Formats: sequence, C-alpha cells, structure tokens
Amino acid sequence: MLVILVIGFEKPPLVRSISDAESCILREMRDRPNITVVDYGAGNILSVCRGLERIGANVSLSADAGEILRAEKVVLPGVGAFKSAMIKLEKRGLVEALRKLPSLETPLLGICLGMEILFEESQEFGSSEGLGLIPGQVVPIKPFDLDGQKLKMPHIGWNNLVLSGDLATAPNDIAGQAFKESAGREFYFVHSFMAQPTDPTHTLLHTFYGGNEIPSVVRNETVYGVQFHPEKSGNAGLELLKAFSRI
Amino acid sequence: MDNGNCDAAFPIQYRQMTDRGLRVIARLDVKNGQLIKGIHLEGLRVLGDPNEFALRYYESGIDEIIFMDPVASFYGRNTLGNVLTTAVDNIFVPITAGGGIRSVADATRLLRAGADKVALNTAAIERPELIRELAEEFGSQAVVLSVEAKKTGNTWLAYVENGREPTSLSVLDWIIQGIELGAGEVLLTSIDKEGTQRGFDIDLISMINSAVKVPLIVSGGMGSVSDLDPLIFQENLDAVAIAGVLHYEKASLAEIKAHARHIGYRVREASIS
Repeated sequence: MLVILVIGFEKPPLVRSISDAESCILREMRDRPNITVVDYGAGNILSVCRGLERIGANVSLSADAGEILRAEKVVLPGVGAFKSAMIKLEKRGLVEALRKLPSLETPLLGICLGMEILFEESQEFGSSEGLGLIPGQVVPIKPFDLDGQKLKMPHIGWNNLVLSGDLATAPNDIAGQAFKESAGREFYFVHSFMAQPTDPTHTLLHTFYGGNEIPSVVRNETVYGVQFHPEKSGNAGLELLKAFSRI
Repeated sequence: MDNGNCDAAFPIQYRQMTDRGLRVIARLDVKNGQLIKGIHLEGLRVLGDPNEFALRYYESGIDEIIFMDPVASFYGRNTLGNVLTTAVDNIFVPITAGGGIRSVADATRLLRAGADKVALNTAAIERPELIRELAEEFGSQAVVLSVEAKKTGNTWLAYVENGREPTSLSVLDWIIQGIELGAGEVLLTSIDKEGTQRGFDIDLISMINSAVKVPLIVSGGMGSVSDLDPLIFQENLDAVAIAGVLHYEKASLAEIKAHARHIGYRVREASIS
C-alpha cells in the first residue's frame, strides 16, 4: 500500500517516513470496519445502514446464521414487540447464532428492541424468553413520575444520558470509555419497556423519565445495548456508532 | 400575554419548575417534488428542493422532520418516495411521512423508503380501522394521527383533503377515538391559523391538551419566537411543527431553541456540528 502512495512523487526518497495524513489514510483503509446488520424483518433498518455507512463502515445485511457467526461486528436493530421479534429470529435460525457471538468475542450492539431482547426475559404481553446475553429482565417503564403524576407512554423524544454507578468498578477499558463519552448528550428515544440488568455494573449510562432511571447504554463484555436510536440521534448518535465500530 | 419581554411574562419560579422537553419539528409540504407553502393550507407557493431545506434544518439541529404530500389524498397517491430515499442518506433524525396513505401497503412503501412514522388524516376518517391495522403492523410509535381543525360555531371540526373538506366529527372526539385505535402521536394543525403567522390557536390547543394521553405536536400560526410563550402553560404539549418561520427564515432554529429554553423548556442543543 505504501508503494502505491510513493509512486506519485517525482523523486521518491529511498527511505521516507510517512506523513501523518498518509498514515491516517492507510489506517482508514485498513481499519474500515465490517459490520453485519441482522435483517430479520423488524423495523427501519435502512436508517441503521445509512448511519453505519456515514461513519465509514462496510455494511452488509444478513439473515444467515453462518454469515452472522463469521461477522466482525454485529448490529441487532428492532422496532415492535419483544415476542414477535424473538419468533422472527427463531424462524430464521438466528437465536443460537446470536447466543454464540460472545464466545467468539464478536462485538454485538442491540438497538432499542434489539437491546431489550439481549436480556433473559420480558414481561411484555405475559412473559417471553430473550437471548439471555445480559442477565436481567425487561419491564414496563414506570407510568408515574416521582410526584405520582401520570407519564405519557411511550417515552418519545430527546433525552440526555447520565453516567451510571460506580466508575471504579464499571468496565473501564477503551470500549467502555468510548460509550461513556456520550454522557451529557441527547439521544432520541421511542419505547414503552426498559431493561433492568441484574448486575448494576452492566449499566454504563442511564436517562431519567419523570424522575425514574432508565438504563440506556448497557454492556456485558462484548455485548452492548442502547435503548435509544443512535441512527436517529444526529451527530451524538453517529459518534456512538463510530465508537462501536472502533471496538 | 406579553409578547415582548419574556422575563416579565414568566415568573422565575415557574421556569425553574418545568423540566419538560419540547421537540422542534420542521414541517415540509411537498408537491411534485417541490417544497410548497400556503396560507390556511391553500394558495400554494413553490419554495424549492425539499431535500435542500431538510438538510439545512438537520445541520442546524432540527429534532425531527415531517414531509407531507398535501394533495396526495386528492390524487389518491403519495409521491414522497424519492424525497425520503434522498433524505435518509443524510438526515439522522426521525422522519414522518404523510399524505394519501390508505392501506398497510401504502404505509409499508413509505417506511421502507426511509420514514420512521406515517401521518394519517383523510383515509383514517373515512375508515378509522386503518389506524388499528397500522398500529398492529408497525407499532403505535409509527402512527401519527394528523388532525386538521377549523373552528365552526363554538366547536372545532376535523377537516380532510388538506383542509378543504369539512366532516361532522368534533376534533376532540376524533382524537380520543384515534388514540383508542392505536395512534401513538397526534399532530394538531389549526387551519384558521395555518400560514397566518399570527400565533398558535391556544384555545384549540388547550382543549386538546387536557384530553390527550400520547405526545401532542401542534402546528399552524407561528410567526415569531414569542408565539411559543403561551405553550409553556399547556402541560401535555410535546412538540411544535414549524413551516413558514423556518422556510422564510423569519427566525433561525438556534433562535427558536434559545427562546424555548428561555421560557422553561428543556431543548436539545441547536447546533449539531
């Protein structure tokens, strides 16, 4: 790759160090992340793909278990109901593939309903089993604020993120840090249910709705989830997708 | 209401009490691929390429975009597909598409083209079950009930065909029914105020505000940032949809958001870059 760049110079030095700009271009080319978006017929995946392309990823759509197991990174989108999303994944034979991703250390990002189905179980319309990649439950958002006033459902709109828990005990590697840089920024939420991780250190960031805490960025090792829609959250959302693509 | 100095109009303690978000939405009416604007939803004037306007609003920090094809229901088809497909390449905030949606198939086409939500009016009034069908297929969060209201005697009636045809439905009854059927948001447009830039129809908004249990977006009549002032007292209001003020650059998005913040709303940062 270096040779190609050097050829254009009139008097190529035999040995030269590459400039910062060149090294940046080389790194970009080598590091262009490959992200596979799980296409299981749930929601507006066009926007997710456009958002990932905008931050420089090579995006492929797939509903094939083999492709997902070979993927570098996987994004699990989703809009709609928990149970029907699990049935759709089941029908395409994707549940087992997604459950294997942590053992392959493949980073996985669930968005909105895609985050909720990372958990063990949901109380939406009775009880349904999820992927179980993050210990915990999915429960309805508390319908009252701290003064007992009724809150509108779903929770729709822009809301800002707050750092959660004890920073000393939370996972503090580069990936965790990149996500935590979203603290204080606003993201677009549309949901009626929320995750309740069993282990509080799995919540990196939360948001408040009517004074109640909603876990908004969760992580268990290589499994990440965001309750909001980064692909609909302007630059803040694109930067969060970029953080995931750089893991 | 004092339209000049807000500090005088708004007691400090009230401003500190509120922690309510206000979404600022740009509404773009599109006909044959061109952005148009009228008065009372009529008398259409061509302003240019809707995607250029939408991108400019996105880059200055708009919270959402609504594309409406106002003559679609008259001609029985919606022509927003190309506009949406271009928009989703560059615009990373929620997009609503409306006009002429008569079936799950119509809505599917717009959602696949890149819309996050669809707005329903005429066809939902003709056949209210359409709201339920769309909510069951895509979820309530994807279904916006668009209501065009015009004062008739002591009440407001819902209009169809982009404010041209009256119905016998009271706006309040229709909104309550629409929410029961599964609408996830209500876009309330005052035909009387629309395009006049004389301020929102506060009487209409007050009546609906107390009855809705889903997010309420109000539209029609904004002429300057101070027109937002009386909205702060409407406790259930969530969003404003603005057209003329933005299209004619009567106020910048930064000015609108700064004013909303000043009167007590929590507003997303205006500039994204």
